Amino acid sequence: MKPIPTNEAIRSGNVHVHQLANGLTLLMERMPRLRSAAFTFMLPAGTSDEPPHLQGLAGIVLEMMQRGAGERTSRQLVESLDFIGVERDSGIATLHSSMSAAMIDEYLFETLSIFADIILRPHFPLDQLEDSRSTALQELAALQDDAVQRCFIRLRECRYGNVYGRNASGSEDGIESIELKDIQEFYQQYFHPSGSILSIAGNIEFDATIEKIEHLFGTWTSTSHKTLPSIPANRATSHIDEETSQTQIAIAYDAVPYDDEKYYESRALINILGDGMSSRLFTEVREKRGLAYSVSASPQSIGTRSSTVIYAGTTSARADETLDVILSTVQSLQTGISEDELRRLKARVKTSLVFEQESCNARASQNATDWFYLNRIVDRSEVFAKVDRLNTSVLLQHANNFPMKNVTLVTLGERPLKVSHAI
Amino acid sequence: MQFRHHRLANGLDIVAEVDDTALSISLGYYVSAGARHETAGNSGVSHFLEHMQFKGTGQRSAEQVNREIDELGGNSNAYTSEDQTVYYLHVIPEFQSQAADLLTDIMRPSLRDSDFETERKVILEEIAMYEDQPPYGAIELSMEQFYGNHPLANRILGSVESVGRLSSTEMRSYHGHHYAANNVCLVATGAVDFEALIKQIERATEEWSSSSLSPQNYAERNEQKRFGEHVVPIASQQYVVRLQDGPNRKSPERFAWRLAANAIGDDGGSRLFWALVDTGLVDSIGLFAQQFDDHGIIATLMTCTPETAVQNWEKGSEVIRSIKTEPLTQHELELVRNRVCASVILAAERPSNRFFTVGNGWVSRGTYETLTQTVENYASVTLDQINAAAQQIADGVGTVTSVGPTGGLHFS
Repeated sequence: MKPIPTNEAIRSGNVHVHQLANGLTLLMERMPRLRSAAFTFMLPAGTSDEPPHLQGLAGIVLEMMQRGAGERTSRQLVESLDFIGVERDSGIATLHSSMSAAMIDEYLFETLSIFADIILRPHFPLDQLEDSRSTALQELAALQDDAVQRCFIRLRECRYGNVYGRNASGSEDGIESIELKDIQEFYQQYFHPSGSILSIAGNIEFDATIEKIEHLFGTWTSTSHKTLPSIPANRATSHIDEETSQTQIAIAYDAVPYDDEKYYESRALINILGDGMSSRLFTEVREKRGLAYSVSASPQSIGTRSSTVIYAGTTSARADETLDVILSTVQSLQTGISEDELRRLKARVKTSLVFEQESCNARASQNATDWFYLNRIVDRSEVFAKVDRLNTSVLLQHANNFPMKNVTLVTLGERPLKVSHAI
Repeated sequence: MQFRHHRLANGLDIVAEVDDTALSISLGYYVSAGARHETAGNSGVSHFLEHMQFKGTGQRSAEQVNREIDELGGNSNAYTSEDQTVYYLHVIPEFQSQAADLLTDIMRPSLRDSDFETERKVILEEIAMYEDQPPYGAIELSMEQFYGNHPLANRILGSVESVGRLSSTEMRSYHGHHYAANNVCLVATGAVDFEALIKQIERATEEWSSSSLSPQNYAERNEQKRFGEHVVPIASQQYVVRLQDGPNRKSPERFAWRLAANAIGDDGGSRLFWALVDTGLVDSIGLFAQQFDDHGIIATLMTCTPETAVQNWEKGSEVIRSIKTEPLTQHELELVRNRVCASVILAAERPSNRFFTVGNGWVSRGTYETLTQTVENYASVTLDQINAAAQQIADGVGTVTSVGPTGGLHFS
């Protein structure tokens, strides 16, 4: 086997952090080999900030911000960004909202100027409210046909409760009740530079970018700053009764948080359990028994809370057996981790660090996430070193110190499943 | 960027777009074997075989294949379409030779009977998974309506019955015929060592024989249904698909048609978007182009509540028809041209994306197109050309398929 890439290949190094006086954090990473740039704006307004009777408000606010801002109408905003070929996305999470964009490098400043309008000078035109509401209701209705998503939405509700377990699409009642003043108030209360992160990566110059951002966002004022709340996780079991061909199974249990020194151990075990074609779940559930087409494990972080989330979809007649095999497979982590598994894990992590360097989108988003959770950018060589230091006995000990605990189990299908293991 | 091509004595094509400055390479086999090469008797065999290719060879067990793929660290996958099956690995350059060795080895799988039976269950799970998922088979059904008895109507996954019936003997025979050296192309992009690749593949495939392939089935389509529906009680939304003819893969008009489809029905700023999505009348409506060697289709796909489906469909059709009286403007052309060119340029930064552009171009047209040429092909589309395509989209006679909880809806 050829050697894995050296530290040199994945060193970032080309990173700069600039704090604006108003509290906005500007993160920059130079990637001079690219001819593109990308940014992620993380704003401290999420679904957990919504009033309980207005679920869906955060999404409507973000939508309405893009329906007219600065000198432009809704349509002019879209056309201005299309004209310079900007690819864009936005999303709502529990604790924050995000807007991101990718473009050919020469259009970075023009794009940022348009986003400065959207973030600082939205019109919130009354004549766009009903269209925004209908759009949100359409999305909610479409979700009804996505059994996998609905299983995960129920999992979040059960696990994190009615504030932190909210779904970004909101509720029908909530969306129906939103008035223009709710939108304006939510915007006033939560869209502040303090706690906001603007992360830019790509073929950029630090000094010129700082100057531009100071010019565009320097006058934005702040009133408050939120800290990451402590988020509960509930042990629960729930079933959604439906006449589907497959039964969906979603399981979550405690994992070590992103800011914990043992995070990489926890993350490594999740990968060994359910990421990749040689992972234990893929081998036991799909390869040996043909029980499912999709089966995997992944980490989920909400604020200070992290969980391991397992998913499988299987025809109903074989769903009990599938759940049984999944639970035994999780337990098998406590009896041993092989050197082979560890070697594969290290190779995968290191390669993914190299791949990140090909994408300014990926870097902008990762830096923003690191800052949000850790208040610093994690150098890629640090990630490399931490993973490289892992050994099988450390992982085995971790698996035994942190067994499957605080389990939330949600199923969707024609009948509830028999749970033969104690969970 | 440098394009390289070499044909081995056994007929296997090796092509590469070499970029020495890239941080990764993508490497994979394009096999001209897909649903359109199947018959009613072996429907689903191409896709089933795609799964079986990962189940071990003379040198490797199935577990070893999976482990090695993970050891290479990168992304790997495979897919089966109407006309091809593609296997690929995206790795760091240090792993080129190991990746090529693994990919080449799995092109000659053992196809063991016990693995065949386990994998049959996985395929049946995959079919069940799609049965529960939107658009609940609407695309497959609309292809059947549109292509009638033409092989492009064949379902990629086959059916529960056809997959249940398939034998490993039939699969071996299909493999022997379609995975012959001269029906396979190795494509590589990124920081590729091309000379080393040729030497390695030449050695690794020296036992591969070529076969006398029957020519592509370019049969004429002689049956087409205008309307079809499928009632899915568990669905809450209605999914309506319209298929109509578009340019094929070799047609020089395909650039103008893609821009026209984009201007009429892109999901973020197009005539249909402003009329139906921005206003919240539908969850989504869009126009998509797909091309084959001998055919091309333009698909219109709409999702909304069943109660409003007929009315929204009529409104969408009106928007498309209005192209005839209100042609696309220079402003619309520029918007869509810039949007498409930028997305092509941004995607091209990664060898993993170039792999598909370079591979599909070579396999389907036998030509290589640089990024600059592709951008130029879109940038040079004139207002007359985009409107000529848009008019044909507005005039086209299509097949409409409705899938959802409500039957008996009448779509124009």
